[in-house]
Amino acid sequence: MSARDAILNRLRHRSGGELTAPARDFSVLERPQWSTGEKVRRFREAIEPVHGEVHQCPADNWIDCLAEILAQKGTRKLLVGNAGDPGDSLRQAQRGDLPELMIYDEPISSWQAHLFEEVDASLTSTRGGIAETGSLILWPTVAEPRLMSLVPPVHIALLRADQLYTTLHEAIREQDWSAGMPTNALLVSGPSKTADIEQTLAYGVHGPKELIVLILE
Amino acid sequence: MSQQTGASPSDVRQFHPRARAAIENPKIRRNFRSAMDGLMSKRRNAFSGWDLEALRDLGAAIRQNALAQLPDLLEQLEAKLTENGVRVHWAEDGEQACRIVLDICQARKARSVIKGKSMVSEEMDLNHYLEARDIEALESDLGEYIVQLAHETPSHIIMPAIHKNTGEISELMHEKTGTERSDDVEYLTASARQQLREKFMAADVGISGVNFAVAQTGTLCLVENEGNGRMTTTVPPCHIAVTGIEKVVPTLEDVTALLALLTRSATGQHITTYVNMISGPRKTEELDGPEEVHLVLVDNGRSGIYQDDQLLDTLRCIRCGACMNHCPVYTRIGGHAYGTTYPGPIGKILMPHLLGLDETRHLPSASSLCGACGEVCPVKIPIPDLLVRLRQESVNGDQLHPARVRGHGSKRHAGEALAWKTWQWVHAHPAAYRMGTALASRFNRLQPGKLGAWTRFRTAPRLASKTLHQRLKERDS
Repeated sequence: MSARDAILNRLRHRSGGELTAPARDFSVLERPQWSTGEKVRRFREAIEPVHGEVHQCPADNWIDCLAEILAQKGTRKLLVGNAGDPGDSLRQAQRGDLPELMIYDEPISSWQAHLFEEVDASLTSTRGGIAETGSLILWPTVAEPRLMSLVPPVHIALLRADQLYTTLHEAIREQDWSAGMPTNALLVSGPSKTADIEQTLAYGVHGPKELIVLILE
Repeated sequence: MSQQTGASPSDVRQFHPRARAAIENPKIRRNFRSAMDGLMSKRRNAFSGWDLEALRDLGAAIRQNALAQLPDLLEQLEAKLTENGVRVHWAEDGEQACRIVLDICQARKARSVIKGKSMVSEEMDLNHYLEARDIEALESDLGEYIVQLAHETPSHIIMPAIHKNTGEISELMHEKTGTERSDDVEYLTASARQQLREKFMAADVGISGVNFAVAQTGTLCLVENEGNGRMTTTVPPCHIAVTGIEKVVPTLEDVTALLALLTRSATGQHITTYVNMISGPRKTEELDGPEEVHLVLVDNGRSGIYQDDQLLDTLRCIRCGACMNHCPVYTRIGGHAYGTTYPGPIGKILMPHLLGLDETRHLPSASSLCGACGEVCPVKIPIPDLLVRLRQESVNGDQLHPARVRGHGSKRHAGEALAWKTWQWVHAHPAAYRMGTALASRFNRLQPGKLGAWTRFRTAPRLASKTLHQRLKERDS
């Protein structure tokens, strides 16, 4: 008998007999419906103590916001996706006050060392955010691959205020995640961190050292 | 077998001398005391404003519900993952699981493996297995990396290097990697980042654990703060996830509640920096992610635990570590004294199944039964009840509680059994009872002053000169 069949067989023919499944009451996860303003406030309250940097920007003028932040940081190379927003908007803006744009349009194997060593910051979209925990929802795509939000030392994410959900429970239901998941989905709630050396917090251990969220209103 | 457990049986049997040594080591006691105090207060704060009892009830119900349909869920998970392009393997024990991982590595001609944190791989002793076959296996979680540099095992399931302070880690990194000595944690962390990034880029295979596996969507959820888990599962061309068979839940909705409990119970965080949900390998048109994803489902004794209605509760565990953070024994002796993969209260109820009660005979007794572990457990595992059950098993219990754990009865002594048989008989025969207690009170000076282990740290109790019956009779007359 294969290991699979042997294991399943033992589980199916339990000596203690069949088990009954208790009911699950999820009402403890329900929260009052917060207004968008309240959700933005809560999001900031949750993410800022873990070093998430948040800027609220007008939705039609976020590039100004971005340019100012990048200039302050002295960013020289900014990585953007290969199609769709926000990469397309930046490319079309053709502004002189933005850093050099790098486009993620080749398989990782052909430029891995460049990605790890040359990129100063990346810019991605999000599928929304979670107010209760200060989390960004990212579903990496062909246009915005997985490593964009992981390898560069600074990750900048655009979050539309009207795509803020109160809880993860609500986001999963509203966006109908159970209908099908992408190869990789992520919740990101701050820059990479560790407390493995004597419980002392240090940021940027493996992933980005800084996470900057532009909330578009 | 020692290969499968991360600690040899003699290690486990040395519990008492090691616990004593740990108690006499002020540095260990200080490191653990301050860490556990911090974790307890962070957990308390993280749940403020929550109806914690209702949330724990939900956590328990979710785990019980999942276990009730375990074989169906595993088949559903396998079918869904296969449909998503993930290859699913089954292993009866750690040795088989190691073999499966090795076969995948060899098929890819892999020379180096980078690992995310996985307690199941510690259970399998995977690193030694691979290294003995010329495959480098490097831990990338900072705590695990430190522990590996020191050739040690984790002393806590969430914070593997909690037994070391900054000075010790600095010295270790200097000696092993040439990092400048420093008491600046940021510097040490940045230095490890640099070293490990090179390894991520060069690794042929990434190996991770799994926190929750979702049957409905075929999704593997990994919870972490550092990003090493994401690196491990995204950068190398092949990702192998290893997990115990009990980690499967039906839906993503189940994950939301368990996640809320897990991170708050473990480190007092509302959520970890990353929740990484993997449902398949890189699609043809995608530009990154592993080309191959494998899941190894490891039994290693779990289906045995599953047979018994009471012991089954052990399998609810979501590995948060709250039981050890709140355990007065763990806090004083630290994780290494146990000599097992899983230390603390959860280790005491899990390891006897993995190693047998004969090897782990000291563990179920290494508890004051204060109940703190059961009170904080996010999925309401009745840990104290299970400790009592295992104590019964280790002396073979009685007719009401037939023993079933491997190695049961190993602590049974004929003398002790006879003493209790006599005790039982005396209490069922009033005349004998009266005569016995009267004689014992009359000759209480003959009672021995030394009662083995009991009187090593306590004075022996002395029988009163009159029995309670006699006193009451005198009072009433």
